Amino acid sequence: MSPEPFLGDVEHSPVRHHILSVLVENKAGVLARVAGLFARRGFNIYSLAVAPAESHERFSRITIVVDAETAPLEQVFGQLHKLVNVVDISDIAPDDAVERELLLATIATDVDNRTSLLDVIGAANASIIDVDAHHVTVMLAATPEGCDALERALEAHPGVELHRTGRVAVPRLGVPTHEPARSR
Amino acid sequence: MEITGAQALIKSLEREGVEVVFGLPGGAILPVYDPILDSPIRHILVRHEQGAGHMAEGYALATGRPGVAMVTSGPGATNIVTPIANAHMDSTPLVVVTGQVARAAIGTDAFQECDITGITMGITKHNFLVSSPHEIPRAVAAAFHIATTGRPGPVLVDLPKDVAQSRMEWWYPEGLEELDLPGYRPLVGLDEAELERAAALLATSERPVLYVGGGVLKARAHEQLRAFAERTRIPVVTTLMARGAFPDSHELALGMPGMHGTYAAVTALQRADLLLAVGTRFDDRVTGRVSAFAPGAKVIHVDIDAAEINKIRRVEVALRADAAGALGALEEMGAAPANLDVWWKEIRTWQESYPLTYDPPVEAGPLRPQHVIESIHAASPEGTVVAAGVGQHQMWASQFWRFEEPGTWINSGGAGTMGFGVPAAIGAKVGRPERTVWCIDGDGCFQMTAQELTTARAEGIPIKVAILNNAYLGMVRQWQEMFYEERYSEVYLDADLPDYVKWAEAMGCVGLRARTPAEMRVAIEEANAINDVPVVVDFRTDTSEKVFPMVAAGASNDDIMVHPSQRGRA
Repeated sequence: MSPEPFLGDVEHSPVRHHILSVLVENKAGVLARVAGLFARRGFNIYSLAVAPAESHERFSRITIVVDAETAPLEQVFGQLHKLVNVVDISDIAPDDAVERELLLATIATDVDNRTSLLDVIGAANASIIDVDAHHVTVMLAATPEGCDALERALEAHPGVELHRTGRVAVPRLGVPTHEPARSR
Repeated sequence: MEITGAQALIKSLEREGVEVVFGLPGGAILPVYDPILDSPIRHILVRHEQGAGHMAEGYALATGRPGVAMVTSGPGATNIVTPIANAHMDSTPLVVVTGQVARAAIGTDAFQECDITGITMGITKHNFLVSSPHEIPRAVAAAFHIATTGRPGPVLVDLPKDVAQSRMEWWYPEGLEELDLPGYRPLVGLDEAELERAAALLATSERPVLYVGGGVLKARAHEQLRAFAERTRIPVVTTLMARGAFPDSHELALGMPGMHGTYAAVTALQRADLLLAVGTRFDDRVTGRVSAFAPGAKVIHVDIDAAEINKIRRVEVALRADAAGALGALEEMGAAPANLDVWWKEIRTWQESYPLTYDPPVEAGPLRPQHVIESIHAASPEGTVVAAGVGQHQMWASQFWRFEEPGTWINSGGAGTMGFGVPAAIGAKVGRPERTVWCIDGDGCFQMTAQELTTARAEGIPIKVAILNNAYLGMVRQWQEMFYEERYSEVYLDADLPDYVKWAEAMGCVGLRARTPAEMRVAIEEANAINDVPVVVDFRTDTSEKVFPMVAAGASNDDIMVHPSQRGRA
């Protein structure tokens, strides 16, 4: 694991968020069901990542960062559990989570900015993964705060195209996950 | 045995014990309508797909069995969206089969294509787009399982035309494993510790109220409720969705709570120190302003849907279980409050001071709508089933009919769907043909779905419809009178347009009209004597009648407005 980047003080997200790790059946339309539920109940999604789950092609894992100010977590859990395709939900409090996110950015370079850009990339522990005469593409896998910091640092450069995946998370080792009573 | 997908669908419905399907054919569902000819399942051909949905709901509410409707793709499917939403709000078990365009055409904006699984995602308990003929039995079995277990609700099965036409080797899922629903686990079992806490709260309560919702009917828990109430002597309020769960004639019954509830029911909730809320969801029509609802009460909440617990009101004890199980367990524990004489004495004074009332009938007419309802009740056989539309007439029906047993009140609660009454009454009569079925309707509601009386006549379903014709969208008029300075905007309907008697006759029904109490009595007697065709009675009622008591929207239940004749009473 690469060390945390240092680009000045990390500004923590003001949103009180929770991370839900939702195991769902890998069927057509399931993501729409989950997203639709959040929309119609007025729960805000802060970020969302989906991929096939470990061990089994029958299931996918959706990692949802939910703005806990917009809905009591108990409601989010209860309503999510009622979706027939939702198999399992675990909730990871931010303090108990190891979170990572991937950032890719393509930046226009020229003689004038190359040095300062390389400084930023180096300080962030990002890596250059593609390059041509006029651009570099950098990658950073880091905490969401680390990605925020690099994003802000790159804002100074013109011609940046930046993509982030949204975070995935697992519980910190030794911390039990919290799973309220389920039902429908 | 190799059969077509269409045959498999019908065979699957037969396996689920379906005796009747309400529907209307069209292009995409055509293949399924062929094997219906060879099936013992009765098909009732509706005149509009919305009618099929509400009939299936009425059937389900009257019988406790899932209602089944079948329609074609596109507009056929969108026409049944309202009943699906209605069933979702009222937790009514429904299985709706929709035709879909052929698999290869999905997503191409084909003729009569619409994304009905997408449209109904938020208003079904679950839905399926069947992708192969082999999957049909599993989808149907899963649909019935999901619709009828846990908190019941509507499930939609969308069947592409070519899937119905393809051949499959017949099979049927045996047991839950083969339904392949790894994420569906309806609640079972009670938490002993929570039960103990509930019993402890009950034991120290001095002013408890049993706040009973539709979940008691869904769980068929009326006997457990009655046993528990009679032993503990806790007063019982039955919400709009729970009318019939506890007999109105019972000395412990306070009637309906909420916006148009009885003074005693509303006030008992407000003054209670403990609510035993069973199968109910603290709907805004019951609570009024939530922050002012039952301010001194602790809450024990019994609900099969854990997401209902702490949704509106924080509770002290949560029993995530079905009403029958929870009430049975509390009964077994002997949980009870101490002597409730003081509490009952207080409640009796409210009942005596503020009973449901209305102005005396006028011999020259127009009719008092409440008097019409009481007169129909008095003249009809015991166990008569009553369906209603939505509005003033619905509230009066809930207030002035006396409900004594489950399955006798067929009504649209959560969604408030105007036009529900006539088709729902038809569905109820199909489910319980031995019962007299009256639809208490408004003139506005009647005009929305009256065409289904043609269905009723054609299919031999002799329901009776009482139109409380006040020439207005009455509830909206009431609000405009009370809260919009009598500025009546777009609520006048005209009592004579359409001519309801002629309209009824044109649909093959008997049409009657009554303008005075004397005519009313004759018309009711005549209607009750006709048992071969549907009857429609146009009761001309007083436009100025309003529903009381009333709690204004967003107001505290403490600010309940009683009938004008009762104002100023202590």
